[in-house]
Order: sequence, then C-alpha cells, then structure tokens
Amino acid sequence: MADLRETLRDRDVLRSIRLSVLTSGSAALLSFLFGTPFAYLLARREFRGKKMLESVIDLPIMIPHPVVGIAILGIAGRDHWMGKIIGALGLRIMGSTTGIITVLLFVGLPFYIDTVKAGFEAVPRRMETVSRTLGASTASTFFRVTFPMAWRSMVVGMILCTARAVSEFGAIVIVAYHPMVAPVLIYERFTAYGLRYSQPVAVWLILVCLVLFVLLRLFSIRKPTDRKN
Amino acid sequence: MISIHNLHVMLPGFSLRAVDLHVGRGEFFVLLGPTGAGKSLILESVLGNVHVAIGQIRVNGKEVTRMPPERRGIGIVYQDQALFPHLTVARNIAYGIRYLDGDREDAYRRMDALTDRLGLEDLLHRSVEHLSGGEKQRVALARALVVRPDVLLLDEPLTALDPNFRDEIRDLLKSIHEETGITVMMVTHDFTEAHYLAHRVAVIRDGVIEQIGSPEDVFRRPRTAFVAEFVGIRNVFEARLVGKEAVVEDVCFLLGRPARDGERHVAIRSEDLRVLGTATRPAGDCENVFEAVATKVVHKGFVSDLFLSVHGLPMRATLTTRECIDLDIREDARLALSVDPAHVHTF
Repeated sequence: MADLRETLRDRDVLRSIRLSVLTSGSAALLSFLFGTPFAYLLARREFRGKKMLESVIDLPIMIPHPVVGIAILGIAGRDHWMGKIIGALGLRIMGSTTGIITVLLFVGLPFYIDTVKAGFEAVPRRMETVSRTLGASTASTFFRVTFPMAWRSMVVGMILCTARAVSEFGAIVIVAYHPMVAPVLIYERFTAYGLRYSQPVAVWLILVCLVLFVLLRLFSIRKPTDRKN
Repeated sequence: MISIHNLHVMLPGFSLRAVDLHVGRGEFFVLLGPTGAGKSLILESVLGNVHVAIGQIRVNGKEVTRMPPERRGIGIVYQDQALFPHLTVARNIAYGIRYLDGDREDAYRRMDALTDRLGLEDLLHRSVEHLSGGEKQRVALARALVVRPDVLLLDEPLTALDPNFRDEIRDLLKSIHEETGITVMMVTHDFTEAHYLAHRVAVIRDGVIEQIGSPEDVFRRPRTAFVAEFVGIRNVFEARLVGKEAVVEDVCFLLGRPARDGERHVAIRSEDLRVLGTATRPAGDCENVFEAVATKVVHKGFVSDLFLSVHGLPMRATLTTRECIDLDIREDARLALSVDPAHVHTF
C-alpha cells in the first residue's frame, strides 16, 4: 500500500496514466466517428469486394503488433504519399501523441467496427422499412430508429476499443516511445529497476481502467421499461 | 390502384417471373401461396425494398418502380408488427405525422379517432414491448393508417397471433377496410383468411401466378392441380375426359357439363362426397354412386376424415364426427358413396 501511495506522487506515473486514458479515449471517439458509417455500410449493404474489405479491417487483430507499428511508420514516412499529406497538414506521427492515437485507432478500430456491425445487424430491417413507408428518409430512419436501437453496441464497441488501446504496447513502442504511455513506462521501470518499481504503476493503471469500464458498462445497461399491469 | 406489369425480380436461387396484377381502388386483394412461393417478394417489390430487374409498378396511377419507399404512399403491417421498441405506443402511432404535408393537427385528430376506434386509448403511454400480440397488431395498424397511405400492405398479419386474437384482428381488418375503403394487398398462406377477407385472390407458386379470381371461383373452380390441392381439394386425379364422363383408372365420374378441350384433371372436394350408408348396394338413383371401402377413419374433433378405396382409387371424404358415429363407419367398412355431378370439377 505504501508503494501505491508513493507511486501516486510520481508525476511521470500520473502523466503516463493520463496519456494512456486520453489517447485510448481519443482512439475510441475517432472509432465512433469513422467506424460507425463503415459498420452501417457493412451491415446493410451488399457490394463487390465486401469480404475483402472486412478482411482488411480485421487485419490488425491478426498481425503482430510491432508489425502494425512498422507499417504505420512506413505509411507515415516522408517517402510515402500519405506521409507527404500528413506532413503537409503539419502532423507528426513519429514520437508524438498523434502517432500514439494513430496506432491505437489502427489496433482498436476492428473491435469497434465488428461490434457495431453486429449491433446494426440486430436491428430488424423491417423496422427501417416501416419507418421509410411512414415518410422518413434513410438519414431520418437512421437517427430515429437504427441509432436508438444500436447505440448500446456503440458503447460496447468503444469499451472494447479503449480496452484494446490501453493494453497496447508493441506498436506504440515502435512509433512513439515518448511521450510515454503507461504500458511503456511499466516496461521501462521493469527493465531499469525491476518488478517492485513497475508493479504499483501497473496496479494503478488496472484500477483506473476498471473504474472507467464499470462506469461505461453502467451507462450502457438497459433501463427497465414499464411493465404491463 | 396497384398495377404490376411484367414484373421480374431476380434473387440468388429464386426469381419472380412475368407477374401481372391489377388491384382496383378500394379492393381487398390477397396473395396466396405456400412458404417460399414469392408472395412476400411481390409485396417487397411494391414497397421498394428489392431491385426490380424488369417490369413496372404503379400505385394510384403513379409510376413508382424506382421510387424510394417514403414517396410511394404505401403503408405496411408485418406479421411481427415491427413496432419501434424504444418508443411508447403513442410515439409509435404518431411516428409518421412529422413527415406529412399540410395540417398536422388534422393528423393528430385522426390519430385520436384511430386509437379510439382500435381500443388503444389506455395503452398510449405503455412501452410496446409488453403488449399482447393482438394489441401490437392494432398499434401497427393505427401507425400505418394515421398517415393515410394510398395502399395498405399486410404481410401475414394474422399468422403469429394466438387463435383468439387472430379472429379479433381478422374481424377488425374487415371492418376497418369497409369503413375506410382503403386499397389493401395482403399476403397469407391461409385460404380461410383469404376466403373471409378478400374480394379477389391470386395463387402464386415458385414465383409464377397460377390463378387469379374471386375466392369462391378459386375455391370451387381451380385451374391447376397445385391450386386445387392448395385450396384444400383432397381428391385430384388425372383423368380421361370424354363428353360428360371422366374416367380415372376403373372409376367413371359423371360430370355436370361436358368437358372442355385440353382438360385432363378432375377435382372433388372431400366434403362434397356423401356417404349414403354401409349398404353394399345403394338404393335409388345410381348416377355417381360407388362402392367404397373405408381404409382409415381419423376423428378430428367435430369432423372426421375418411380414407377410402373406390375400386382401388384412393379418395378422401370429410364427414361430421356425428355422422360417422351414426353411420357406424369403421375401418374396412363397405360403404356407398355419392357425389353430385355438378361438384365434379374439371380443368
């Protein structure tokens, strides 16, 4: 317990946990923004190359995480056209918070898309059809029928994405050793000072994540509806 | 009101082919067919949910083949109601009002009248998830009618209901149709429902319409063996038809009218066969009177099915169980059987 209290006074630890939570949360929010339309498209439309696209989206789940980091560095390098665009926009990937968020988005997005796609698929198409026959456009139907019925899957998707992002190490260590997120700090303390110095940081990271996830789960639990007398 | 011309819809493993239908203004039209026949696909085509490869669909004189569902002026009530579970009964019913042009107050007045007519006043603030099947179907009906569609489509609206709710909703559909005069196209596989509700029916099989006509016409005068069996005719045989006689194996049936060219089948409803008694030689007029042996007797509550062998030809008769008991009909009993020549249908 004394070690835990002591760790809380360590500004590096607090900074790394805060960075882990913020970058993971940002990756989850970006997943929500970009992943939701993708998930809807995959759940509701049939098109040529759909299976291929689904496989590409799931690729980061399968490949080793350092490979993800190397791939991102390759794409974001000055010699790559995407790297040139990123540079022109004034963004820096290597050794930056932007780089960490990019990595976390890359590894977390498949979890978000797969979860939300299943959520959209669980909304009966007939309800959307009924909404259209009552005069609603596709967009209006999405916001009045599909979204209210699928938002819980989005929360679950964001939880999964955050969980995946908080635990990421292999890809981050390639793209951005600094600024240090909690898993990198834990690794550094372990290799430099041993188990005793890395354990309290790990425990605090686990506790913070636990509180966050419990709060999100409570938020996403269904409210009881009124009962028939 | 609904005009479908040369409709072709291609799906993997199934297609609708050259469907032609016309449903008149205010008509109650029923599409009948077994599961997988393509009747719901016709409904989905009218709704605008499937890609129409060839053909034309018009609703209220307006070409709608490529139009999005929200501009077609069509209402739909599904078998599973498809109520929005996150909305109350009132919000479900009022869902479409915001998209209406013109006076919304008028629409809310119409909603009040409909909820009153359908007995939903006490349910308005309830969640739809805890309503009974009949209540859900009434909410779905109110939701569809409140926006005053040109055409109401009903996709097996009675199938998922308990028998007591089924009768209630069936009567309600009939009276709502009579009161509003709305054009209705309903899909069902139950001929009894069609017979009760429809002005006209179409029987569909494997994506092709086999027969269109009044329920009585289809019921009494099917044009194909499939339709005959679908409308519950148990005795359908290939026959050699000459003049007013139809010969099936060793049995000769007298007909009420001379057979037409090209006719090759006879169909006799099981309830049109009369069992005269257990005497081996029936008395009186011998026209269309046969000796038969009961091979099996199945009591099904108030009615009984009699499986017969008429000179080796398997036939089925339906009697009331009372008649069966009174005539002491058992397996292997020898019976005298008759059928009115007017009830021997040919096609």
